[in-house]
Amino acid sequence: MAEKAIIVKDLDAGFKYRVTEEPGGEHLMKCYACGTCTASCPVRAIEESFNPRKIIRMAILGMKDEVLNSDFVWLCSTCYICQERCPQDVVITELMNALKNIAVKEGIIHPGYVAQASEIAKFGRLYEIDEFANKKREKMGLPILKSEGKDVQAIYKNTGADKYIGKSEEGK
Amino acid sequence: MKYAFFLGCTIPARAVNYEVSTRKIAPKLGIELVDIPDFTCCGFPVKSVDSFTTLVLAAKNIAIAEEKGLDIVTLCNGCVVTLAEADHELKHNEELKKKVNKQLKKIGREYKGTIQVKHLARVLYEDVGIEKIKQEVTFPLDDFKLAAHYGCHYFKPSLVYGRFDDPEFPNSLDELIEATGAPSINYETKTECCGGGILGISEDIALQMARVKLDDLKIENADALISICPFCSVMYDANQKSVEKKFETEYGIPVLYYTQILGLALGIPADELEFKRNRIKPKEILKRFDEKYGTVKAEE
Repeated sequence: MAEKAIIVKDLDAGFKYRVTEEPGGEHLMKCYACGTCTASCPVRAIEESFNPRKIIRMAILGMKDEVLNSDFVWLCSTCYICQERCPQDVVITELMNALKNIAVKEGIIHPGYVAQASEIAKFGRLYEIDEFANKKREKMGLPILKSEGKDVQAIYKNTGADKYIGKSEEGK
Repeated sequence: MKYAFFLGCTIPARAVNYEVSTRKIAPKLGIELVDIPDFTCCGFPVKSVDSFTTLVLAAKNIAIAEEKGLDIVTLCNGCVVTLAEADHELKHNEELKKKVNKQLKKIGREYKGTIQVKHLARVLYEDVGIEKIKQEVTFPLDDFKLAAHYGCHYFKPSLVYGRFDDPEFPNSLDELIEATGAPSINYETKTECCGGGILGISEDIALQMARVKLDDLKIENADALISICPFCSVMYDANQKSVEKKFETEYGIPVLYYTQILGLALGIPADELEFKRNRIKPKEILKRFDEKYGTVKAEE
């Protein structure tokens, strides 16, 4: 089946400016669609739906909903190979991150990231080092580690990140 | 050489062998590691949610090291890229620095931009130096074919790192491996991404990505893959059996931390280097090492 035609009136022409205003997305409009990114991408080599050139083109055209609601924005492995090779200095890895950050502001967030960010707020680290783990560390002659989320919770609250991640848990 | 030791989240939870072996080799090469209890997560996992928050989390950790007047050394590629990128941005953008410091003031910290952030491998390469390492090696690993795995974030984005290594053809880790006496093999997928960045998003794609390098190493008949990142090791070591199962193949390729093999070459007894924690057991390597040198005993 042929792909659905793009309906011009459904496009959000202002979306490209939204992207260029987001930190990391500044250089979106420099892209001349050479495809070096797509040819280099190790994710693309496996999963065809992740096509950096196409994503960039879609963003410039104003296909906001298609870009933000698709699974593929989350599939960048941040290997930076496209960014290193891009002849137009589009800074693509950062651009992909900017798209994710915009999606989050629109209420679209991958649950994996909510879980990780919440753990960091609880413990100040991704994995809690509890008393048992610290006892084992001591036995091995390793220094004991704190698992304290106070500073991280304050930072989330002050930057507004807690709005996306969910309220920081009570207590530690 | 004194550094603030940034352990990060993954190492104490999933790569204690990397931590222990690092603490063993450091004093032998004149590196002093200072533990700092107030360090928290570098901020890497939050960047996909809100990059500014990551910048503040990273700057907070840098500010703590600055208070001690120490450069930061990390063992994890994710930590080094996050901290070095924040440091690079804040050193080059006065306005952003003000914005970040406004946030840090609320928790009693200030980022000044007075220190450097480096990965341990880069410290070994630049600050200790290949010659010094060669001098200290007493048990050369010349019988082993080792394959370097840099991991993307160790040297990219190259701008952030001042291009200390070539973003297409890096060689610092190859030289470090050769300093132990072992040949570092040249193989096609040397700079291939492990897929770890999307393991939590699509395990299927991530495992397929890890497979690319494992297939290549099998053809090359490498004795071990040498890693400098706990997350790359999660992909190639902890998940190697999953890749084997998924694709109905067999690898059995040990994935060792550079600090572990350097430890062997420096004469640190194998049982002090926590090889038992590597998921794919390097039995063959340790057996051949023992056959050549006899069991290395602890000093004194």
